[in-house]
Amino acid sequence: MATHSLKHALFCAVVTLIIAYPILGLDLEARGTSVVLAGADTATVVSVLAAALVVFVFQLFRHRILGSLGTMPSLNPFANREPMPQDKRQRLETIALVVLVVAALIWPFFVSRGAVDLATLVLIYIMLALGLNVVVGLAGLLDLGYVAFYAVGAYTFALLHQYFGVSFWVALPVGAGLAATFGLLLGFPVLRLRGDYLAIVTLGFGEIIRILLNNMTWLTGGPNGIGGIPDPTVFGMEFGRRVKEEGNVSFHEIFDVAYSGSHKIIVLYLIALVLALFTALVIRRFTKMPVGRSWEALREDEIAARSLGLSRTAVKLSAFTIGAFFAGFAGTVFASKQGFISPESFVFLESAIILAIVVLGGMGSQLGVILAAVAVIILPELAREFSEYRMLIFGAAMVLMMVWRPQGLLPMRRIHIEINKQE
Amino acid sequence: MLEVRNLSMRFGGLLAVDQVSLDVQEREIVSIIGPNGAGKTTVFNCMSGFYRPTGGTILFEGREIQGKPDFRISRLGLVRTFQHVRLFSKMTVVENLLVAQHRHLNTNLIAGLLRTPSYRQREQQALDRAAYWLDRVGLLDMANREAGNLAYGQQRRLEIARCMVTEPKLLMLDEPAAGLNPAETRDLNQLIIGLKEDYNVSVVLIEHDMSLVMEISDRINVINQGRPLASGTPDEVRQNDDVIKAYLGEA
Ligand SMILES: Nc1ncnc2c1ncn2[C@@H]1O[C@H](COP(=O)(O)OP(=O)(O)O)[C@@H](O)[C@H]1O
Ligand SMILES: [Mg+2]
Repeated sequence: MATHSLKHALFCAVVTLIIAYPILGLDLEARGTSVVLAGADTATVVSVLAAALVVFVFQLFRHRILGSLGTMPSLNPFANREPMPQDKRQRLETIALVVLVVAALIWPFFVSRGAVDLATLVLIYIMLALGLNVVVGLAGLLDLGYVAFYAVGAYTFALLHQYFGVSFWVALPVGAGLAATFGLLLGFPVLRLRGDYLAIVTLGFGEIIRILLNNMTWLTGGPNGIGGIPDPTVFGMEFGRRVKEEGNVSFHEIFDVAYSGSHKIIVLYLIALVLALFTALVIRRFTKMPVGRSWEALREDEIAARSLGLSRTAVKLSAFTIGAFFAGFAGTVFASKQGFISPESFVFLESAIILAIVVLGGMGSQLGVILAAVAVIILPELAREFSEYRMLIFGAAMVLMMVWRPQGLLPMRRIHIEINKQE
Repeated sequence: MLEVRNLSMRFGGLLAVDQVSLDVQEREIVSIIGPNGAGKTTVFNCMSGFYRPTGGTILFEGREIQGKPDFRISRLGLVRTFQHVRLFSKMTVVENLLVAQHRHLNTNLIAGLLRTPSYRQREQQALDRAAYWLDRVGLLDMANREAGNLAYGQQRRLEIARCMVTEPKLLMLDEPAAGLNPAETRDLNQLIIGLKEDYNVSVVLIEHDMSLVMEISDRINVINQGRPLASGTPDEVRQNDDVIKAYLGEA
């Protein structure tokens, strides 16, 4: 036992060294015309060694440290708590949700435009993560190319507007539907593959879509992207200074208020909020429906599920398609928010971030996913000065999470179904 | 209703099942017995579509089903349990039974989102059927427990209930008594007889302990090292010389 943990601790320390030294210590420097690899200065070497030492000590006494942390009541308020009865819990959750939604509705009127804009981005990621949660958390399919469906939604709106002048509200269902169709077409051949292969193929698919967007210059403008994507209108009202589209009217003229640049941003935020709520509610219902139960059944025990007549392909395909649908949804909102999109917005890192949100949030739990989306998108913004170490902090957080709480921030809790007892 | 003819299954160099034949009539309990490794589970796996047999035919209600996908065979009414219990262990007991009833439910997504009357009615019927079967196997009080937290014997009964809510015509049980104590085994035998009498299902039962199946089986097939050794009524099998030599003799 002791030698085992010693070995393990040594291993972790060496891995830390191997990862940290090149990231922090080595630098590509331009000297004249040539690029040279510069070694680390002493301070960095010392700090990397110190970090490795910390990892070593922590891993060596991991059980003792984690054990004492877990039992310390001040650090873990949930340590000896009884689970709440179901009806009480659900009532609390409903109240919390209502308070949250009301707060989210009035909050943007009191803060800066930048904050509202960031919040809209968070809402887009919430939609994405809730959708991917269906695929990864509920159905247990590792999809590394989820960003492709996001791109399909965004580009559908951009192209439909560019060529046919289609508005946001028409593009929204079309983009989501098209993303879902892509999900269906890709899923059909691919879902026969298991775990790792599925991950690799979806990863490839994500890249293919991005490369296609990059290279089909005649259609998509390639790396230059597509601009001039309009904001959503509400009952034919536009929120810009001047009306752009024929037949629309301007919000500030109708209501006779002074024009303000924040109208547009707040409206977009509110629309994103409504759509995110819609996404959450629809997916929540799915989980209580036959389709949601079959996703979980297949994840729990595929052989048993098949022996009861569930078709693996059909069940997986439904999860994949529904996940893709909501990515398309989010993509349309994203295109509208940015007003300009290019393939650069849909790189693999995006898939990784969305996946990280799902994993942090606790595979399957909606509230957890929402919290994680807020954390993953907002924290890096707050920690701008540490931006160099962003990915490092991000990675460290993920590793810690996996060690400490592999079930995520808020693991999924099952909702019990009441059964009528027959006498 | 079920006719297995000269079924063979080869794994590389190993002939796990060699020319096994089997007949099951309506409302009949037929047992397959044989020592460990005789090939009983493999016969089941071929019948339920988990393996594609390398030889022979399987007719169910006159249709050839060998090599069909497992979920299609299950939908025809041939449903099985597993030698090592396979429940959806993180789901609750009722949910296990609801999953199994997917074909009786309204799976239209729009109907479910809108909770149409037809959707709710089907959902309620499924819950009622689940409650009925839980009551039947004595698990009603456990309805909202996680299936994985049930005691072993309860898990076995839940697995059988989960088959029964699909309203099968033929139930295949792979060593359902394994790991049960004598009292539980007696209850299980009563349950199996009840299934036949009250719900008109036929049962194919795998056991490796011969004495267990003697009283409830209409007919027994003995296989040994993949080959059929004997078949007939319990009395015929009990008096068969080959069986006594190869099987009872060693005990
Ligand atoms: N998938 C498989 N691949 C290779 N050999 C197998 C496989 N399944 C079963 N066998 C072999 O077939 C023989 C019969 O196994 P099985 O049907 O499980 O026996 P029983 O259920 O009668 O105890 C055993 O020797 C086993 O090792
Ligand atoms: Mg066996």
